[in-house]
Amino acid sequence: MSDFRISRRGVLAGSAFLLASTALPGTLWAQTPTKGGRLIVASDSEPRNLNPAIVASNGVFFIASKVIEPLAEASFDSKDGLEPRLAVSWEGSEDGRSVTFKLRENVTWHDGKPFTSADVAFSALQVWKPLQNLGRVVFKDLEAVDTPDAHTAVFRFSKPTPFQLIRNALPALTSVVAKHIYEGSDIAENPANTALVGTGPFKLAEHKAGEYYRLERNDKYWGEGEPHLDEIVYRVLPDRAAAAGALEAEEIHLAAFSAVPLADLARISKVPGIEVVTKGYEGLTYQLVVEINHRRKELADLKVRQAIAHAIDKDFVVKTVFLGYAAPATGPVPQNDKQFYTKDVPAYAFDPAKANALLDEAGYKRDANGTRFKLKLLPAPYFNETKQFGDYLRQALAAIGIDAQIVNNDAAAHQKAVYTDHDFDLAVAPPVFRGDPAISTTILVQSGIPDGVPFSNQGGYKNAEIDALIEKASETIDAEARTGLYREFQKKVVEDLPLINVAEWSFITVARDTVKNVSNNPRWAVSNWADTYLET
Amino acid sequence: MLLLRRRLIGAIPVLLIVVIGTFLLLEAAPGDAVDAYVGMTGGDAGLIAELRQTWGLDQPALARLAAYFWSLAHLDLGYSVTFSRPIRDVILERLPNTLLLMGSATALSFGVGSLLGIAAGARPGSFRDRFLSIGPLALYAVPGFWLGLVLTVLFSVQLRWFPSSGIETIASGKTGVSRALDIAQHLVLPVTALGIIYLALYLRVMRAGMAEIWRMDFVLAARAKGISRRRIVWRHVARNALLPLVTILGLQSAAMLGGSVVIESVFSIPGLGRLAQEAVGSRDTPLLLGIILVSAVLVILINLVVDMLYAVLDPRVGASEESS
Repeated sequence: MSDFRISRRGVLAGSAFLLASTALPGTLWAQTPTKGGRLIVASDSEPRNLNPAIVASNGVFFIASKVIEPLAEASFDSKDGLEPRLAVSWEGSEDGRSVTFKLRENVTWHDGKPFTSADVAFSALQVWKPLQNLGRVVFKDLEAVDTPDAHTAVFRFSKPTPFQLIRNALPALTSVVAKHIYEGSDIAENPANTALVGTGPFKLAEHKAGEYYRLERNDKYWGEGEPHLDEIVYRVLPDRAAAAGALEAEEIHLAAFSAVPLADLARISKVPGIEVVTKGYEGLTYQLVVEINHRRKELADLKVRQAIAHAIDKDFVVKTVFLGYAAPATGPVPQNDKQFYTKDVPAYAFDPAKANALLDEAGYKRDANGTRFKLKLLPAPYFNETKQFGDYLRQALAAIGIDAQIVNNDAAAHQKAVYTDHDFDLAVAPPVFRGDPAISTTILVQSGIPDGVPFSNQGGYKNAEIDALIEKASETIDAEARTGLYREFQKKVVEDLPLINVAEWSFITVARDTVKNVSNNPRWAVSNWADTYLET
Repeated sequence: MLLLRRRLIGAIPVLLIVVIGTFLLLEAAPGDAVDAYVGMTGGDAGLIAELRQTWGLDQPALARLAAYFWSLAHLDLGYSVTFSRPIRDVILERLPNTLLLMGSATALSFGVGSLLGIAAGARPGSFRDRFLSIGPLALYAVPGFWLGLVLTVLFSVQLRWFPSSGIETIASGKTGVSRALDIAQHLVLPVTALGIIYLALYLRVMRAGMAEIWRMDFVLAARAKGISRRRIVWRHVARNALLPLVTILGLQSAAMLGGSVVIESVFSIPGLGRLAQEAVGSRDTPLLLGIILVSAVLVILINLVVDMLYAVLDPRVGASEESS
């Protein structure tokens, strides 16, 4: 392989010829994918619990979504943005108290047992509702799941529950696990949480701690002719520079979730045979947010919050921190969301003069050193970008006379300082928008959340009007009316600034050009990869 | 054997201090294992309380330390909540990789370092001496991770002579000699990166020792007898200068262990160093205590071996220890 590369680099004419020759079969084979092969991808973590029905997070999905499937998956062009997986159809009742799922027939678990509605009922009532990080919120009113036959499951809710929410929750929250594996055991500590058994296109064959996960083709998969690959291997590469190096050295085929740092993209995109793909994360938008502790007297003042919003140059942040791989945010719902987003909200243009005037008006005059007051700023450690934005914010605040002291913590310390001890004035957070504001967005501004809940309103913010809107939307069945309420919600949030939305970003996939069908759905990295193939 | 027994008994208070110190340090660090876990996955208040209870983190610190010592007294290192496995298994799985990396790197830095030291110390003050003294010192000043990255870019990405990361080819199904060769190939870059850094130390000590011995009377006597310079360098000067190097070898084993944390991360080698880093990040106190205990025992054992070696090389040392 190395000889091939050297010749391609050395001889210019040869390289043109080779490029043409690889491009040609590429178009011809688009119809008939190559069978077999081992796809090697980079993975930066080894989750403690690999069960996506319990831990609905991207780190788990990245591996587990190939083994355990949800009822439906996100899609670019199907109705409601959904494509059937274990369910073939779903329908909500008029009164919002039930949802009927028709399930796929002739599906078997990896251990050979048939998949039935009993598995769905068990997963919903015993796993999603009581144990799952997101399901505990969305399925809190799920009362029973009726199974009139082996391929019908009827979800019954004690309170009217918007079908729109359930639909939007299907891709991330409804991974189905096998009843016969979990029944009668301590579900949270069941060994099958790491030795997964699912219905997906791949079986978990082997995990060597610190080295790799190996997934093997499920020969009995329900998808016609799928999967194409024989194996998927996740190589554990904790060092970010290692993923880029391994890609260039052709030791791995693909690095998702921006495993290759943004700063390396410009260089690596010029390497022949490597493609940088920005599509395929539309369903997993991350939001760069300034969390505010409203217990601080100064920050409880709306004028001060407005001043901070005016002090942040969002375009500059997008250009320098994200190197252009992001968009400026207008409010708590990202612009790429087709259902709920509204741009009809107040705008806070970058205007330090106005910010200074607002602070003067609020009565916080500059002292002899030009400082109005001091703040403690805690950037979340999870991403390079959140830390870099923390540095930017410190400078932006200095320009309007606010002296922010940065406190850097690791993940555990940050979680405790911000979400349990409330020992912060401003924090930089990266919450995720998961297709519906009720899943993990309204919780960021809602009042009455107990201490210690991560990625929630721990800033002591309380606004009866916003709380009422959230409450009302949670029981509004009509999708249009519900959407209207969330548009109102966005407006109110941006008006009152319980937090400041700065930017929205997704991840980047870097792959060798031999990997085909990359990023063909809005949650590609965490979908099942049944149609992915390797061109030989 | 008296030396052996005395050393082992003397090690116990050291180990106790190490365990208590580490425990207190981790207690002082903000956030616990549950914070680290939900910080990655999310979860509500009920889930957090349940986890804290199942993982025993609702107990007071003293009770947890007492429980740890109790299980330690039964030679049980405990259970890791981050790996959901017994800590003994987790550590035993990674220990060989670290030992292989450390051992090879030590051999490299000791071997090459002392040889270069002999070359430099053969003619103290010569051009060769100056050149050899400055070059490795510059390498000593280089951060380990940077050297690792440079080696990767050069030898894995550009030249493709060696794999960029890992301890062996994944899921290759290789066994026996071909597997050993595969591992050796994967170890070339990390061992070089780790070994080169510590090389300067051996070189400097060797060279300094030789420069001193050149001035001694027995060397003068040897020269007066007309023995060839080469023979004086190897048989008389180098051999005597080698002794302090053996001492450093023992001391350096601890530093090597520290350096392997960085190198294991850069080269994605599943070893103890990387495990320790993960244990701190996830606030897995028993796991970190286990790693530190094993490392401390390792360093004590290495120093013991070095001391016994010393006694063999220099009979005066063994004699004084036995008689005191």
